[in-house]
Amino acid sequence: MSIKGNAFVFGKNIDTDQIYPGRYLELFEPADVAKHAMEGVNSEFTKQVQAGDVIVAATNFGCGSSREHAAITIKHSGVSVVVAESFARIFYRNCINLGVPLLVCPRVSEKVTEGDSVEVNLMTGEVKNLTQGVTLQGEALSAHAMAIIAAGGVKPMFKAKYGQ
Amino acid sequence: MHALEKILARAAGVPAVKAGEIVNAKVDLAEVNDLYLQVLKSFHEMGGTKVHDPNKVTFVLDHYAPAPTIQSAANQKAMREFVWDQGIPHLFDIDAGVCHQVMPEAGLVFPGMLLVATDSHTTTHGAFGAFGTGVGATDLACILLTGELWLRVPEVIKVELTGTLPHGVMAKDVVLHVLGKLKADAAAYKAVEYTGEVVKNLGMAERMVLCNMAVEMGAKTAYIAPDEVTRAYLEPRLGYYPVVPTTDSDYVYVAMHSFDVTDFEPQLAAPHSVDNLVGISEVAGIKVDQAFIGTCTGGRVEDIAVAAEILKGKKISQRTRLVIIPASREVFLTATKLGYVETLIEAGATFSTPGCGPCLGAHQGALAPGEVCVTASSRNFPGRMGSTQAEIYVASPAVCAASALEGKLADPRKYLCKEAATNEY
Ligand code: SF4
Repeated sequence: MSIKGNAFVFGKNIDTDQIYPGRYLELFEPADVAKHAMEGVNSEFTKQVQAGDVIVAATNFGCGSSREHAAITIKHSGVSVVVAESFARIFYRNCINLGVPLLVCPRVSEKVTEGDSVEVNLMTGEVKNLTQGVTLQGEALSAHAMAIIAAGGVKPMFKAKYGQ
Repeated sequence: MHALEKILARAAGVPAVKAGEIVNAKVDLAEVNDLYLQVLKSFHEMGGTKVHDPNKVTFVLDHYAPAPTIQSAANQKAMREFVWDQGIPHLFDIDAGVCHQVMPEAGLVFPGMLLVATDSHTTTHGAFGAFGTGVGATDLACILLTGELWLRVPEVIKVELTGTLPHGVMAKDVVLHVLGKLKADAAAYKAVEYTGEVVKNLGMAERMVLCNMAVEMGAKTAYIAPDEVTRAYLEPRLGYYPVVPTTDSDYVYVAMHSFDVTDFEPQLAAPHSVDNLVGISEVAGIKVDQAFIGTCTGGRVEDIAVAAEILKGKKISQRTRLVIIPASREVFLTATKLGYVETLIEAGATFSTPGCGPCLGAHQGALAPGEVCVTASSRNFPGRMGSTQAEIYVASPAVCAASALEGKLADPRKYLCKEAATNEY
């Protein structure tokens, strides 16, 4: 599963209040939630982001509140994959559950500059910076997580199993 | 095994588990708050019609209590209707307070349980010897559907707190120090256990603060071994007392840290990160527009009591607001009976309904651009309490009260008598 797009680069400890500010938590329709992606850190993000773009970040991306809005807003803003040096656990789970691809890759925020073209392989964990000609080795997703993402998230899986 | 592993083993119906293993665990209590209408959406999208076990589910309407907008009112309405339709016995409506305070007060939290909630601060319940962890909406919907959740068994980090807590220094100062030193991702995917003589001498309110803030280090859960203090709090509320799992003596911690608190001064997290540690002496004098005492971190009777002690017979600065929101109705009633509410209103405080209040920037004290707030809550991320151009200092309730008095960040120790009250409420 290979994904290619242009990078938006963020620093460390980007919390879910920055990914999706608390004042919009009462919204729940994905299309409404998507309008405020990354607004707490870059208010222009939703105007700039193109379908397929990639979020690159340093450590502890998605820390703080458990709001699933943070995963929903990224998914529906058009971002194709999030690559970070590490993730906070609730955010990580939320993304897998919703079928949002993500990858842990050490030092990625130093090796990618805003706007670089990046290619990410979820199966091998390889991250290529096509603009700078650099290849980084990230951690391939676990089989468990990969299966959920391939199914489009847990909802279709559970629906097949428990739905009436 | 660690006590936390024993909890997961029991919940998964297996004799033993070890760190790193993935288990399917039966959840003893799942809690949903009013930010999470998505739980119900996901539940229905997965084809859910009936909740697996209504007795093991509770809803708490706390983040928007009472509803500040039409949309949040509609979300709460949909939740109430779901609760009534499904025959869920425990609904804490807008009169109750913050989930992490009302659940233990109501006798829903016990040592050895697995508690999962749509809230990151569910680590708080480690103070009662429970395995409490936060998840997002879809995970919670899976629990509603099946009664179970997959969890990775976490490694445990031991944090030992030694020495004697100095006068005017609270559990909040200790945990701000710990997380400032260990940093915001030190415990990601792991559990944090607090031990040591300092912890033994703390009441339940302060133990809850330690566990509550563990999530600011990324922790999956927190833990304090239950003792007589735990039992004295829980037994009357539970009406019984369970067999408490204990940690085996040969258990190996993934990391150990020790802090001597004896020389601590009041600690703060400066903008815009919870691990941006400063001592009060470094920042005293910075002008403050709003002080906030409340939330699942700093809104208990003990927190209001220390504010009342500092502000008794005084008036807060005319250029500063002091917003106080008791964490629950029980807290509000107790603080009222003890005279603290009257003292604080006379001093110029603004009281609001129990709930989360401005903690997440939704209502009841949001910040304007350029304003500075000192808060007894847990987070100072940009925009957390309103404008991204506001600055938030996280501190103890004592620092918040002293700062409201002076209109600038202030050391509370000069306003507190040496024989600080140690009562448990
Ligand atoms: S008081 Fe604040 S931290 Fe606690 S549950 Fe409410 S919003 Fe979250």
